[in-house]
Amino acid sequence: MKELLILVVVTVFTLVTYYLVEPFAHATLHKHVESEAFAYADLPAITKLGDATRGKELVLGAGACTGCHSINVADISAPMDAVGAAGAYGVNPPDLSNAGVVYDEKFLNALIKNPAHTLMVEHKFDESKGEMHPMIPFYGAGGDIEQETADMIAYLQSIAVSSEKLTPAMAFENACGRCHGVKYEKWTQVGTKSSFKHKKDELAFDIKVLDYQDSLKAYMGKLPPDLSMYIRSRGEHYISTFMENPQNYLEGTSMPRVGVSADTAEKVIEYLEDAGDTKRHEREETGKYVMIYIIIFAIFGVLWKRQVWRDLH
Amino acid sequence: MAHFTKATSIKDWLNQRLAIEKVEKVLASEYWIPKNINFLWAMGMILVVTFALLLVSGIFLLMYYQPNVDLAFDSVNYTIMREVGYGWLWRHVHGVAASVVFLIIYIHMFTGIYYGSYKKGREMIWISGMLLFIAFSAEAFSGYMLPWGQMSYWAGMVITNLFAGGSLHADGLVEWIRGDYVPAQAFLSRFFMLHVLLIPLAIIGLIGLHFGALRIPHVNNQDGEEIDFDEESKKYLAGDKAGSKVIRFANDFMAKDMMVVGFYLVFFFYLVFYHYGFAMDPVNFDPADGLKTPAHIYPEWYFLWSYEILRPFSTDIGLMAFAFAQVIFMLLPFLDRSPNAVPASRRGLFKYWFWAMLVDMIALTAMGKLPPEGAFSTIGLVAALVFIGLWIALPVITYFEKKA
Amino acid sequence: MKDNSRRGFMGKAFGGVAAVGAVASLFAMKKSWDPLPSVKAAGFTTLDMSGYKENELVTEKWRGKPIFVLKYTSEMIAAMDESQKPRIITVGEASYLVTIGLCTHLGCIPSYDRKKESFLCACHGGTYDLVANVTKAPPPRALDIPPFTIKGNTLVLGEVGPEYLEMKKNGLTL
Repeated sequence: MKELLILVVVTVFTLVTYYLVEPFAHATLHKHVESEAFAYADLPAITKLGDATRGKELVLGAGACTGCHSINVADISAPMDAVGAAGAYGVNPPDLSNAGVVYDEKFLNALIKNPAHTLMVEHKFDESKGEMHPMIPFYGAGGDIEQETADMIAYLQSIAVSSEKLTPAMAFENACGRCHGVKYEKWTQVGTKSSFKHKKDELAFDIKVLDYQDSLKAYMGKLPPDLSMYIRSRGEHYISTFMENPQNYLEGTSMPRVGVSADTAEKVIEYLEDAGDTKRHEREETGKYVMIYIIIFAIFGVLWKRQVWRDLH
Repeated sequence: MAHFTKATSIKDWLNQRLAIEKVEKVLASEYWIPKNINFLWAMGMILVVTFALLLVSGIFLLMYYQPNVDLAFDSVNYTIMREVGYGWLWRHVHGVAASVVFLIIYIHMFTGIYYGSYKKGREMIWISGMLLFIAFSAEAFSGYMLPWGQMSYWAGMVITNLFAGGSLHADGLVEWIRGDYVPAQAFLSRFFMLHVLLIPLAIIGLIGLHFGALRIPHVNNQDGEEIDFDEESKKYLAGDKAGSKVIRFANDFMAKDMMVVGFYLVFFFYLVFYHYGFAMDPVNFDPADGLKTPAHIYPEWYFLWSYEILRPFSTDIGLMAFAFAQVIFMLLPFLDRSPNAVPASRRGLFKYWFWAMLVDMIALTAMGKLPPEGAFSTIGLVAALVFIGLWIALPVITYFEKKA
Repeated sequence: MKDNSRRGFMGKAFGGVAAVGAVASLFAMKKSWDPLPSVKAAGFTTLDMSGYKENELVTEKWRGKPIFVLKYTSEMIAAMDESQKPRIITVGEASYLVTIGLCTHLGCIPSYDRKKESFLCACHGGTYDLVANVTKAPPPRALDIPPFTIKGNTLVLGEVGPEYLEMKKNGLTL
């Protein structure tokens, strides 16, 4: 009985200390941001039913999207390569093949009409000095602009892969990977770095990456960080709510609100888990067996002690 | 020259050369331990087991770790965590054990304080134990540098800055310790050497001293009873095991120890697999960057109480208070003037002193991590003053303590 | 008896000789921990001040930290008030800003705006004026000035000169 009381005292003091230095201290040190479930509540809902055929005409024609963006599934390539585009715009505009599934439709709808506002980067562009977001707003092609944007989104959704087929890598590369490298997955801002046979080819690739990064640095103010270990350094909740709205954590940051859908966000998290917490499945699997073994070990410890101490009492 | 005969068995062969039977008697079967002890007496064995876990996991980490400022971070987070088979397991075991070992050390220390196990010939047990505490602290700190993350770098910067001694401005000493103006390659290499060689050697030596210091005064017991070990062991060997007040180290004491170790390991491996975050600070998963200070710099939880004693005061007074906190526990056997080597519950004012000290150190620990603002800063200052006050009061209250 | 005390003396003498050797080796060990000559040499950065262009921020490096060097134009000097002027460093004919380029708030690197003639720290929006005094919080104090000494037309960072001591005494830098 006395031993039990001692155990309770030791446990209580340990838990109090743990509570104070971990959950309590971290709640005090770090701001907590509640997830909005990627609802984008500040953006207006789509009111019109889109038509993909008309949308195609707009995207390829009057919308002038392909003046900067590639659409690989439709065999439309970008006018410039990644490095050239970054030189011109600061960052390489995304390929639109899967934009319909990667990004939230409400977000796309608002983005087409007012990119800087929707991306929450208006503070970066001083209009009085003629500074403009590199993506030109769509002012309409003569008809009802709401109908036109709905049509364009319908087209983008019609060419995109289904959300089941969207892999974590596809989601990450399109939504995050044009600014952020992930060294541990060999991902650079201009694509995956493969192994090269010749040193010269490798150096040529590295120079491409450096050129791209220089343009990016000039555009963003600093080089966006490598995200290899972000799942361990920031954690899932932080990354997810940060993606939703970076301004929540870093007021005035030059990182835009990316506008991913809830499903894409989960895939981005999975990608980052694969990069920075690769062995999590093995850890959980091994953990089960080790726990079972160690409980058996403890039971045998009790049995041995009982036998030895039978004569001692 | 000794006389050797043809051996009748392997055991006999070894016995002639190494006297293994005698060694076994001295170390195990006739090393007498009091019977009236509780599970807190198993903390020593738990520490041995945890140290073994640290040693083994450390050996495997050492095979892939690169003590180079450009490679260290990736060698840990990529090579060990992603590539090496079960590398993640060694790292998590090492990280969690490094944190948990301090929890057990603190329980072990406060057990000693509560039961007065530093008195009446047991002073060297206490002092060697405190030396072990210092060695473990140095080991933990040097190990924390090695992943070369943001917390490694900035903790290294802040802690080595302490050696400037405030107004003394001993910048030369700081640079000497670092081998550079800022923590850089020389710093990482030398802390690597300290972590994997010099301090572990010192720890192993001190463990030997700690165990040796136990032999003559024997292990204390939970009633503060003075036991005649010769008399009681004779009773035991004569067959009166139940009536004797002592037990063999092995298997009697060992069996109980291993039972507690079993329970402990359930707790330990639960932490390793499902709750390791407390031992591996998220900030340290950002690579070291000398041009960017993290928003909050705090040491690992087991250093927080002494860090908090430093913080609420001006630089010089803070450093003096910090130095005081580092050495004062060592002097406990001499500051406690009472001859009573009995549990604190039977010792007048000391009973209150014990609980006040425990609560105060937990308060310091909590405040050490929180930002030094508003109420936290006030509580921290009060707790630091109480800590110093309690140590000043100790000789007085124990001097007037009645003989129990 | 006599023998014994003599043996005792020789034992002590031997111990003494051994101690001399131990102390001597301690000296070698201490020296081995010293910063290497290459590290020490890198601890002093000599800036040739003739190469800087007016109103163009150049980031140098000293002891692993970025150092901002900005050559003032005469208009800039003319527009300064008395609270700003003491932070100017004059080498030869020209006037400069020389500071450690780390925001005193949390150590980010501020950027210089040529048109606005001010510094902005992108991390938390702190701003500094032309002499790196704080114009908008959160930074607690002006950008720190590294220890320097003026030698002819060069500035040696890491060496304490009279101009630096004067600034430090007046509380212009930490």
